[in-house]
Amino acid sequence: MLLADAWLPRENISGVIEMERRHVIAMLVEDQPGVLTRIAGMFARRGFNIETITVGKTTKKGESKMVITVIGDDDMLEQVEKQVNKLIDTIKVTEMPDERSVIKELCLIKVNIANQKVKDEILKYTDIYKTKIVDITTKEATMEIIGDPGKVDSFIDLMKQFGIKEVSRTGVTAISRSR
Amino acid sequence: MNGAHAIVETLLKHGTDVTFGFPGGAVIPLFDAYLDYKDKIRNVLVRHEQGAAHAAEGYARASGKIGVCIATSGPGACNLVTGIADAYMDSIPIIGFGGQVPTSLIGNDAFQETDMIGITLPITKHNYQIRDPNGIAPTIMKAYKLALEGRPGPIYIDLPKDIQSKEVTEAFPNEVKIVGFQPTIKPNPLQINKAAEAMLHAEMPLFLIGQGVMISNAHRELQELVNLTGIPVTTTFMGKGAFDERHPLSLGIVGMHGRKIANYATLQTDLLITIGCRFSDRITGNLKTYAENAKIIHADIDPAEIGKNVKVDIPIVGDAKEILKELIVMVKKLAVKEKTKWVSKIKQNKKTCDDCVPVKETKRIHPKHVMLELNKIMKPKDIVVTGVGQHQMFAGHFIRRSKPRTFISSGGAGTMGFGFPAAIGAKVAKPDSNVFLIDGDGSFQMTIQELGTVKEGNIKVIPIIMNNSYLGMVRQWLELFSDKRYSEVYLGRTPDFVKVAEAYGLEGIRVEKKSEFLPAIEQAIKNDVTTIVDVVTEEESNILPMLLPGGHLKDAFGGCMAAPGKYFRGD
Repeated sequence: MLLADAWLPRENISGVIEMERRHVIAMLVEDQPGVLTRIAGMFARRGFNIETITVGKTTKKGESKMVITVIGDDDMLEQVEKQVNKLIDTIKVTEMPDERSVIKELCLIKVNIANQKVKDEILKYTDIYKTKIVDITTKEATMEIIGDPGKVDSFIDLMKQFGIKEVSRTGVTAISRSR
Repeated sequence: MNGAHAIVETLLKHGTDVTFGFPGGAVIPLFDAYLDYKDKIRNVLVRHEQGAAHAAEGYARASGKIGVCIATSGPGACNLVTGIADAYMDSIPIIGFGGQVPTSLIGNDAFQETDMIGITLPITKHNYQIRDPNGIAPTIMKAYKLALEGRPGPIYIDLPKDIQSKEVTEAFPNEVKIVGFQPTIKPNPLQINKAAEAMLHAEMPLFLIGQGVMISNAHRELQELVNLTGIPVTTTFMGKGAFDERHPLSLGIVGMHGRKIANYATLQTDLLITIGCRFSDRITGNLKTYAENAKIIHADIDPAEIGKNVKVDIPIVGDAKEILKELIVMVKKLAVKEKTKWVSKIKQNKKTCDDCVPVKETKRIHPKHVMLELNKIMKPKDIVVTGVGQHQMFAGHFIRRSKPRTFISSGGAGTMGFGFPAAIGAKVAKPDSNVFLIDGDGSFQMTIQELGTVKEGNIKVIPIIMNNSYLGMVRQWLELFSDKRYSEVYLGRTPDFVKVAEAYGLEGIRVEKKSEFLPAIEQAIKNDVTTIVDVVTEEESNILPMLLPGGHLKDAFGGCMAAPGKYFRGD
């Protein structure tokens, strides 16, 4: 299962050890100045840790969509959803479970090209991972990978052997699967 | 019509005819407009902006209407912050207006510019900066809606100076919509059924009533439900007044300085029916052992409160009044009867608790004595306002109130200095009631400058200062938990409050003997001006019983009912 590696034990409010995992939450919010501060501020105040956050316009004027990933148990997720809902600028909050959602992120990764052999190897991996080379010189190559965070993680791991110069990840965005 | 006129017009449209404020550069145009609406709106000129915010709170707490406070930009608006934060913790509907530098200067670190939107963000239900004069009416309309509907709370509005003087060109809208704000009012009938069923089957049910019942004006419904079911009632400190404390089934307040009978009942009950309460740590003590024998019904209008602190068996989201109405219908249908065995036990224990309030013979006056005497003289519609500290808990424990909104105190935030300005606000809201401020010498000095406000504004309140020369609550903690290592808690025997009162053209009476107290209060009630009653109390008296923070409810110590835990365990 996607994100399965993120399960961690944690003590909940009743002192029971519960499993933590990564949750993806999508929210429709009013497109107004300060809305990001309001939401991010609430997360910080209540001690919820934001893993990633992405914001973008929707097709409806005056509305933005925000996707946030947090790590926590189910009780915490419930509190997050309720507290986000309570903010006046929030229109709708939905949890995006792995099995019923398309969850993707984009990552740009710049690696060293030491020699021709390395270059060939990089090209081989880009092919396997269906990534794209978006910029290349004799010394460096920049690849673009789109996928679930697990896939992105493993590609980054794979590239470590060549010497990563820089990584830039967008954070997760998500949409529900059609049934 | 300019922006300032639009502000006043919108306030008037919502029935606000009094505000609490203090001027300054960035609100000159706004107060200028007051001259054009002289016979329609008045401003109570406070002596410090903190006083304006607390007075707005006192007004809102006493009346249920929205309290409005106004300050200039920068330091003025910053001084509102304590009051706004206090209102946020206690769900009080106030609107704070702060001036702001002209829009062209925002972000330039102009004179008296402070980012009030950033500062008030975590302590308001919502806040707005108005950058267009045509946005004034719709924004204020939204603020009124937000402050009062659902779970109430404070709204802050930033008013740049230039928009106050610019012309308003568009007509006011008839109504405003807020897409993301749709509080649930009607409860889910399935949950109501479950709750009523639980009430039918429980053997030792107990009501825990919070301020929510007062906010939704549901005290009559609560009374009816209690009379129907014969279920005993405890309230939180903030819920004091939601249920008549003279009723035979009233157990008084629960929590850290609550009555033992109420705390013990919480431990014994098998069904805790909670309405409009947020299970604050001052109520629950240790969460792991809190109401451990009980199934918990939690009804609240704010879904985020349900399951936040305490695991709930039957959650109900909705307005307290609606919930109580529906419960009454279901309880009648199921013919829920009084649990006679439980109730007779409760009544018997209550008698033990009631009879067990001996006033210790002390050299100086004991605070308990003052509370018991006040119970004798106060009328039901009179209002008690408190500061924060020992005197507040003495009042919470011993003062009996029978009507909602007649006990006003800073609960969640515990703001010293709250009392005096809040009493001013309460008096402005309810001019026909006597407003008794029970304050400490420490608390009172934090907002003592408002003596000018009551003198010049002809507002008569009755400040009763429980003067023990100490910051009593901290001293009590140091005595009990820090081996009497008193650090920074002695205030000394200054000032002479009688002379301070006289300096402001007011009256003051010092009370040093028990026998002098009631005559002094009677005189204060008779006097036309605010009369400070300075009661010299026992320096080192403690408010007991007391529960250790995070402790087990059974371990409340001191006060009535002898040894901790004994009453409960041996029962």
